Amino acid sequence: MPWEPIRKNPDTWLLSPQLLDYGRTCAEFTWDGVRRELAGFPGGKGLNIAHQAVERHMGGPNQDRLAMRWLGKDGAVRDLTFADLSRESSRFANVLVKLGVGKGERVFVLAGRIPELYFAALGTLKNVSVFCPMFSAFGPEPIRQRLERGDGCILVTTLRQYQKKVAALLERLPQLKYVLLTDAPEDLNGTVLSLPRLMGAASSEFVIPATDPEDMALLHFTSGTTGLPKGAVHVHNAVLTHFSTGKYVLDFHPGDIFWCTADPGWVTGTSYGIIAPLLHGITSIIDEADFDAERWYRILAEQRVTIWYTAPTAIRMLMRANFEPRSRFDLSALRLIHSVGEPLNPEGVVWGERTLGLPIHDNWWQTETGGIMIANFAAMEIRPGSMGRPLPGIEAAIVRRSGEDTVEVVAPGEEGELALRPGWPSMFRGYLHDEERYRKCFVGGWYITGDLARCDGDGYFWFIGRADDIIKTAGHMVGPFEVESVLMEHPVVAEAGVIGKPEEIIGEIVKAFVVLKDGYAPTEELRLELIGFGRTKLGSAVAPKEISFLETLPRTRSGKIMRRLLKARELGLPEGDTSTLER
Amino acid sequence: MNDDQIREIVFRGLRQIAPEADPALLRSDENIREALDIDSFGFLQFLIGLSEKTGVEIPEADYEQVFTLGGLVNYLAARIT
Repeated sequence: MPWEPIRKNPDTWLLSPQLLDYGRTCAEFTWDGVRRELAGFPGGKGLNIAHQAVERHMGGPNQDRLAMRWLGKDGAVRDLTFADLSRESSRFANVLVKLGVGKGERVFVLAGRIPELYFAALGTLKNVSVFCPMFSAFGPEPIRQRLERGDGCILVTTLRQYQKKVAALLERLPQLKYVLLTDAPEDLNGTVLSLPRLMGAASSEFVIPATDPEDMALLHFTSGTTGLPKGAVHVHNAVLTHFSTGKYVLDFHPGDIFWCTADPGWVTGTSYGIIAPLLHGITSIIDEADFDAERWYRILAEQRVTIWYTAPTAIRMLMRANFEPRSRFDLSALRLIHSVGEPLNPEGVVWGERTLGLPIHDNWWQTETGGIMIANFAAMEIRPGSMGRPLPGIEAAIVRRSGEDTVEVVAPGEEGELALRPGWPSMFRGYLHDEERYRKCFVGGWYITGDLARCDGDGYFWFIGRADDIIKTAGHMVGPFEVESVLMEHPVVAEAGVIGKPEEIIGEIVKAFVVLKDGYAPTEELRLELIGFGRTKLGSAVAPKEISFLETLPRTRSGKIMRRLLKARELGLPEGDTSTLER
Repeated sequence: MNDDQIREIVFRGLRQIAPEADPALLRSDENIREALDIDSFGFLQFLIGLSEKTGVEIPEADYEQVFTLGGLVNYLAARIT
C-alpha cells in the first residue's frame, strides 16, 4: 500500500526551521561558509572539536548555560553548565598529560552513560588524543579486539566492568598503559588507577594545543562481513559536519533541549549524543538508564524536550507498548522527532504523527560517514519509508558497477548501491591498519556505502537492503564472522554459520546455525550452553539470541558459508542461485 | 502459588535468556537487566514468556515495578489467581 506523503506548512510555525528552502540552501551551501560560522580556533591554531564544543563558549553568553542534564538510573540529577564541562574535561586532559599520553594516542572508554564518559571524551579531544568509545554491553572478546586493533593505551571504565571483563585480558594487551576506574577511590595497583583521585589532583585549566583539522580525533569500530571489526578513523575537521547537520537536520535553535537516546558506544551517541548539541550551545539530556517506555515519556514531558533523536527499535517498542502518551504526559514542548539506525518503517513515521502529534523524520548515515548524510528535513514533505534527501554539501547517487574500477549512475527508480561523492569533512580517513580495505570502498570516484537503495524522480532515497551479510540488530552492526569465530571456540562446535533473522521490533536478531562435532547430540541443554557461551564471550549486544543445530552448513565449492542460503531456508524463501553450492 | 514457586518460574525464564548466569545469586533489590546483562529486547522476551506461564499480563506501563527480582515476585504474587 502506498503511503500518503506528509505535507508541511512551515509558514504557520512559530519557529522558522533552519532549512526552509531545500533547493536554495543546497545551491548556496559551501563548507567554507560553515567554517566561517564556526569561527575556528583563535590565533590560527587550526580546528579542534573540543574547542568548538566547549571552550568557544567560555566568556560568552553560553558559559553558564546548561550543557548537559544527566539523569541517573536511581533518580539522581546532575546539571553541568558549559563552564563545568570545560573544567572537568580540562582536568581529564591534564590527567592524560600526567600519564604521558600524547597526541594521536588512543583513549578508550567502556562505560554506561555516566558523566565521566563525557569528561573523558572532551578531555581526550582537548589533548589531541583519540577518543574511542566502546558499548558497555560488549563482552570480553569485542573489547579485546578493539583495544588491540586500536592500540588502546588508556582505558576508562568502571570497577565492575573491569573486574568482569577486562582484568583477565590485561596480559594480552601489552600496549595498554593504564586503566582508569571511574568509581574506585584508590588505585588498585601501579597501572589500574583511581580516576577520581587523579581528577582531584589535576588542574581545571588546560590550553588546547594547535590542532590540524586533519589530526585524528575519533575512532569508531564497525563490523564487516569478513574479518574482525574495522576502526573507522575520523578527524577534527568532522566538526563541520557535526555543526551543519545539527543546524539543517536536527534544526537546533538557541534554547532547545535535545535528547539523543543513542549510547556513545556507537557513532550516533558521539556525533549527536555529545558533540553537535554542544557546538550549538544548547542543552542535552543524558539518561543513564536503559529503555523503558514509561520512563522515556516521563523524561520527554518533565525535561521539556524540544528535539528528540531516537531509533526504530525504540520506536517499535513504544508502538508495542500501545500507550496513549498524550493523555498522561505533557509532550507539548516537543517540536521535532528524528530517527536513525536502520530504516524506519512507514508505520512508525505515521504512528508518531498519530500518537505523539509529530511525524518521525528518518535519516541515513553510517559509522564511516561520521554524520547524517541523507535526511528528512523539518520543513520538507515526508514520504513515509524514505530516508529523505542528501544534506547540503553532500552528493549522493545510486550506482551500479560497470567494470573493475568503474561505476555508472543508474536511472531514477532503479536499484543499485548507494554511493557518496568523497570529500565531506566527516568522511572517514581510513580503517586503522587496513589501508586495502579502505581503498576498496572507493570506486570510480565514489564512496560505496554497501547499502542497496533507489532514488525516486524527486530525489528521495529509499533503502532496500544490505549488499553483504552484515547483520543490523537493534540498530547495531554485527559481523557474522565475529560471531562464528567465537562459537567455533566452543569444544563441541564443528562449524557455525550466522545470519540476521528478520524480527519485528529490533529489525534482525543474530541467529546461529551450529554443526556439532561427532559424538555430540543436539540437546536443549547444549543449546542453552552455547547461548550462554556466546553471551559470556561477546556480551548481549553481539551474541546470538537463537541457535539451531544442523547436520551440515551449505558451503560454496571454495568453502565459503552460504549465509544467504541459510537465511532463505530459515525464512522458507526460494533458494535462488545455488549453482556454486557444494553438493 | 507461594513466593518460592514464583521465584522458580522467574529463574526458569531467566535461564532461557541468560543461561550462563545463576539467577539464584540475584539480590532481591538488584536490577535484573543490569545484573544479568540482558538488553531491552531480551527483557521484553522474558516478560512475555512469564506472562504465558503465569497468566499475568504485565503492561509496559508497569515495567518499572518489575526491574528487580523482589519487585517482580511481588507483582506476580499479587496477581496470580
